[in-house]
Formats: sequence, structure tokens, C-alpha cells
Amino acid sequence: MEILQIVGLGLAVTFIVLLLKEKNQVFALLVTLVAGIVILLMMIDQIQRVMNMLTGMAQSAHLNNVYVATILKIIGIAYISEFGAQIARDAGQASMAGKIELAGKLIILVLAIPILTAIVETIMNLMPQMGGG
Amino acid sequence: MSLDVNTIFQIAGIGIIVAMIQTVLKQMGKDDWAQWVTLIGFVVILYMVATLIDDLFEKIRQVFLYM
Repeated sequence: MEILQIVGLGLAVTFIVLLLKEKNQVFALLVTLVAGIVILLMMIDQIQRVMNMLTGMAQSAHLNNVYVATILKIIGIAYISEFGAQIARDAGQASMAGKIELAGKLIILVLAIPILTAIVETIMNLMPQMGGG
Repeated sequence: MSLDVNTIFQIAGIGIIVAMIQTVLKQMGKDDWAQWVTLIGFVVILYMVATLIDDLFEKIRQVFLYM
């Protein structure tokens, strides 16, 4: 029962942070950050299992490997940027959190360029007059 | 995993002790020393946090980026 461990850890960290906040704001924030890291580290095995299932399904469906890799990268970037943005927002730096999220969105868009190009090329091939060829 | 959980309580302990030392030093009238203690405690904890975050990013890179 890993969920009991995580809920207990979260509650303990919450009260420790309440205690530390009035003494030392920076240390309270660092405790929150480490707790977030620990919980993510606990969860990464489960995430790996899901990812293995997804890649296995994609391989049995004979999908192009590039697209699956792109999607996995996009999911990873979303997780990381969300994590960083939440830490920044906890520290009261909402604008910094916004910048982190913006960077995450932009990088995801750049990663999606090959897929978008493939879609546009497919549509162009479906329409012979506009495809130019 | 229990090592990581220990880190949380270590950081909380260091924070509380640093706050205590700070109060004592301020009452003795040594404000500059109090500031140094806070700074050193912060750097030590930042080092621990940086190690952990490196671990996390390495794992995430393993899972998501290189299948």
C-alpha cells in the first residue's frame, strides 16, 4: 500500500512546513521541494510501467517509432514543467511559474512539428489539385 | 527510498536548529554571525536538494526521453 506511505508523508510534511514557515521561509520551501521530489521518485516506477505498456501496444500496432517517442517526450516535458511551475508558485513567484509553463508549452509545440508536417503532407496528398503534383 | 524520506526530516531539523542559533546570536548582539549561519545552512541544504533533483531528472530522462 504505497498510497498510505505517500499520504502519511504528505501530511507530515504539511505540518513540518507549517512549523518552519514562521521561523524560516526558505527552509520551509526547500522541505516542500524535497517532499515533491520524493513523491515523484516513488511514482516513477508506476509511470515506467504505463510507458512500457504504451510502447508495447504501439509496437504491436506497427506504429512509426518516431511518433511514439515524440508523444512520450511530450508527456515527460509536461510533467517536469508542471512540477517546476508548482514549486515556483508555492514560493509566491507566480510570474516565474508562468514563464516555466510558457517554455514547456513552446518546447512541446516545437516537438510536435514533425507530426504536424506529416498531417499537412497527408492532407496535401489527398487533394491532387492543391498538392501541386 | 527511506534515505530520501530521511532527507526531508534532516532539512526540517537543520531549519529549526538554524532558526534557534539565529535567535540566540541575535540576542547576543552578533547579527552578522547570525546571517552567516543562515547562509551556510542554506547552502548545505541546497546541495542536498540539488543532488536529489539530479537523481529525479536522471530517472525522468530514463523513463521518458530514451525509451
